[in-house]
Amino acid sequence: MTGAPGTSAQAAVGESYLTHGRGIGSWLFSLDHKRIGIMYLALIAFSLFLGGVFAMVVRFHLWNPSGGLVSNDAYNKMFTLHGAVMIFLFVIPGIPSAMGNFVVPLMVGAKDVAFPRVNLLSFWLFVAGAVLFVATLVVGGIDTGWTLYPPYSLESSRGLGILLALTGVFLAGFSSILTGVNFIATIHRMRAPGQGWFDLPLFLWALYATGIIQIFATPVLGITVALGFLERVFHLGIFMPEYGGDPVLFQHFFWFYSHPAVYIMILPAMGIVSEVVAVFSRKPIFGYRFIAMSSIAIAVIGFLVWGHHMFVSGQSRWANVIFSFLTLLVAIPSAIKTFNWLATLYKGHIVLKTPMLYVLSFFAIFGVGGLTGLFLGALATDIPLHDTYFVVAHFHFVMVGAVMIAFLSGLFYWWPKMTGRMYDERLGVASAVLVFLGFNVTFIPQFLAGTQGMPRRYATYAEQFVGMNRVSTVGAVLLAAGLLVALWAFVASLRSGARAPANPWGGATLEWATTSPPPHDNFAVAPRGTRPYDYRGLRQEPGQAGWVPVGGEGAR
Amino acid sequence: MTSHTSDSLAPGHATHVLSPRVLLGTAASLMALTALTVATSRIDLGEWNVVLALGIACTKAGIVALFFMHLKYENRFQLVVLVAAALFAALFVAFVVFDTVQYQPDIRAAEQQARPAGG
Amino acid sequence: MSDHAGGHAATGTPEQRFLAHHFRDMDAQLQTSKLGIWLFLGSEVLFFSGLFVAYGVYRANHYALFHYAHHFLDWRMGALNTVVLVSSSLSAAWSVRCAQLGDRRGLRLTLLLTLLLAGTFLVVKYFEYSHKLHAGITWGAGCRPSPEILATLPASVQALPVPRDLGTFFSIYYLMTGLHGIHVLVGMGLYLWLIGRATRGDFGPGYYVPVDAVALYWHLVDMIWIFLFPLLYLI
Repeated sequence: MTGAPGTSAQAAVGESYLTHGRGIGSWLFSLDHKRIGIMYLALIAFSLFLGGVFAMVVRFHLWNPSGGLVSNDAYNKMFTLHGAVMIFLFVIPGIPSAMGNFVVPLMVGAKDVAFPRVNLLSFWLFVAGAVLFVATLVVGGIDTGWTLYPPYSLESSRGLGILLALTGVFLAGFSSILTGVNFIATIHRMRAPGQGWFDLPLFLWALYATGIIQIFATPVLGITVALGFLERVFHLGIFMPEYGGDPVLFQHFFWFYSHPAVYIMILPAMGIVSEVVAVFSRKPIFGYRFIAMSSIAIAVIGFLVWGHHMFVSGQSRWANVIFSFLTLLVAIPSAIKTFNWLATLYKGHIVLKTPMLYVLSFFAIFGVGGLTGLFLGALATDIPLHDTYFVVAHFHFVMVGAVMIAFLSGLFYWWPKMTGRMYDERLGVASAVLVFLGFNVTFIPQFLAGTQGMPRRYATYAEQFVGMNRVSTVGAVLLAAGLLVALWAFVASLRSGARAPANPWGGATLEWATTSPPPHDNFAVAPRGTRPYDYRGLRQEPGQAGWVPVGGEGAR
Repeated sequence: MTSHTSDSLAPGHATHVLSPRVLLGTAASLMALTALTVATSRIDLGEWNVVLALGIACTKAGIVALFFMHLKYENRFQLVVLVAAALFAALFVAFVVFDTVQYQPDIRAAEQQARPAGG
Repeated sequence: MSDHAGGHAATGTPEQRFLAHHFRDMDAQLQTSKLGIWLFLGSEVLFFSGLFVAYGVYRANHYALFHYAHHFLDWRMGALNTVVLVSSSLSAAWSVRCAQLGDRRGLRLTLLLTLLLAGTFLVVKYFEYSHKLHAGITWGAGCRPSPEILATLPASVQALPVPRDLGTFFSIYYLMTGLHGIHVLVGMGLYLWLIGRATRGDFGPGYYVPVDAVALYWHLVDMIWIFLFPLLYLI
């Protein structure tokens, strides 16, 4: 009996998407959302590795107050590339493009995203953008910080590097817009029969909210970098004071995108948390509608707060006050989500598998990351803390501690679905523990250094910070070790992992209703919508067979 | 004036075909408003010229959207998309212009200070 | 309505061959594609919004400069192009009607007319650009209007000194009209493609998604110009 449901179902629905079509061309030009998702995943994992290497160089350079591992110029290039690669090639596209592409059509019971060709185009635009980033490195790198602020970034002495980077951002941006269009159209129009808006898994609500930001904010990034490019080449006088331009205008442009982009990063992460916390508490998610609506609220309020990055940039006093007030409003929907997740845990049958361990660390870290955001959103406390390591620690708590950890949680959660293989639970748990410890050891000292006034982005620092910096570097090594263990778990799973059943965790969302890995057309029979968090219709089989529906029918 | 080619289409999604009268009427009103905006710009109303020109332009854009782009007859969500985009764009323009006007005196003051020092 | 109207009476029409495998039926495909193109247009609005911000900021800070600079632009050229573009929009909207009614001849005719009007717009734009560039009206700090063109300005304007940052206005002018012009060029490519497909007989009442989508894009291009014309040429 064990293993039988998976294999017999597989025979009935035909070959898995992994073997449907052979040869490298059948992957590179595939219109299958699952293959495109896997290709994104590979590229994004590589970007994480690259950004991680830059981060390690930065951390080891800061072992001594006077630096010394690399030259100070090289250090400036390292932290710039670390930021740019991590943000544009890992954190922003990570969850939506890699996991969203794989999961969205499955969750609505569709055969593919609404526009498969656009999806492929989006992937190749992203590849082109990533290649230009790497090319930046080859032509000597850039040292402007990932924010690319003029006048420094657009000085006439700058060569090819900045132009390549701007073009890379432009292309990656358009890739992101097209992904957003695809997701919103798919969620609107391709839902399974009987799947109403409030039967959508919360991951889809999160991606829907993300899509709003991708569509309405990312084009502003596009025009910003296009203007930067033209300013550098033609001296238009838009951003550069020496030609009559206004550099603060660049910051308005940049943050009109880049602040909402923070929510492009965190909302999908919150979506994963909503899925995993319910499945591994064996309890319907608490406050479904509140979590769904708070995603939309975060997306909309997120458009109104960009000026809090510019409190000390020469922005007017009135704008400072208004933006500070609006910024604090974001705390409300974020807190609504957090409390609902905690209420979901309450009296649940919590299963401490790897994805859940990551989600529990998400709660701890996102709590700190979110609350320290209030310090920075409040005008009075931001001014002394601005551009210190407090800011660095804050956004790493949110972008690494929350987003990367949710990314790993989602990857462990959907890995069996993507590959058809289970991973070694011991390795998964080890990676979760190491990542959590390493993360905190790395970034808690940075909060302390920041409150004592250590400025960010310098290659050297005052003697008094040496202890904190060394602890932080040790933490970074632990964190890297945790990521390597996770990589080991995945590679070992591909080589010798046990066959995954269709539903290893007992999820009630539609992606678990098909085989692992899914067939080319996703479902043997087009499914009907289910209640995504109703687990009463599922029963755990002994051994490795996972969960199966009670009786023959689905949960509804 | 509304004809539907609904034979091969699912119920509830009747396709709307614009009649020649609506098409020509839309174009004619756009032309008339173009003439109006040119005419009003010749009168000096100070800053009100901008307001008037933008008002006419918004009206024209609305006419294009409602008739040429079928928004009047379409699924409501399409309208939401366009209005949301227009609102975000308006917010962006309005807030940055508001801010830049506010901090100009600071820049002037800084320039004044820099000049004697530089000279 | 037309002699081709019989084509869509039978369901399972030849147009079914354009149904992508992941849609339930032609209607689902049409509605989804429409939504997709609208989302893209929303994105386009925000893409242009950056340039409107730049316009607003520099106009607010240099009101006199903007008032001075617009005298260099010939409103008659701008008005002519507005008429051309509105006509092309009419023609584009008509092409959707023809496709919906299965009027193949009318469809080819209106598509061709749209393409020609778009070309006319760019020809007018070309004359405007080349005239300005010859008269030394370029962007940024390089903007030095020639004495000949200064002599053509109204007497009250000639009396004023040439403002220092005149080039900033023209940077914005070239950016806005240039980005718009690129969109016109892309639109011409799309209409060329549509004409090819219409000639092959691809479109009819059962399948006209591309005609509709390109027309929507084209109307947006028209809409942007509706704002650019008064902001740059008139005030």
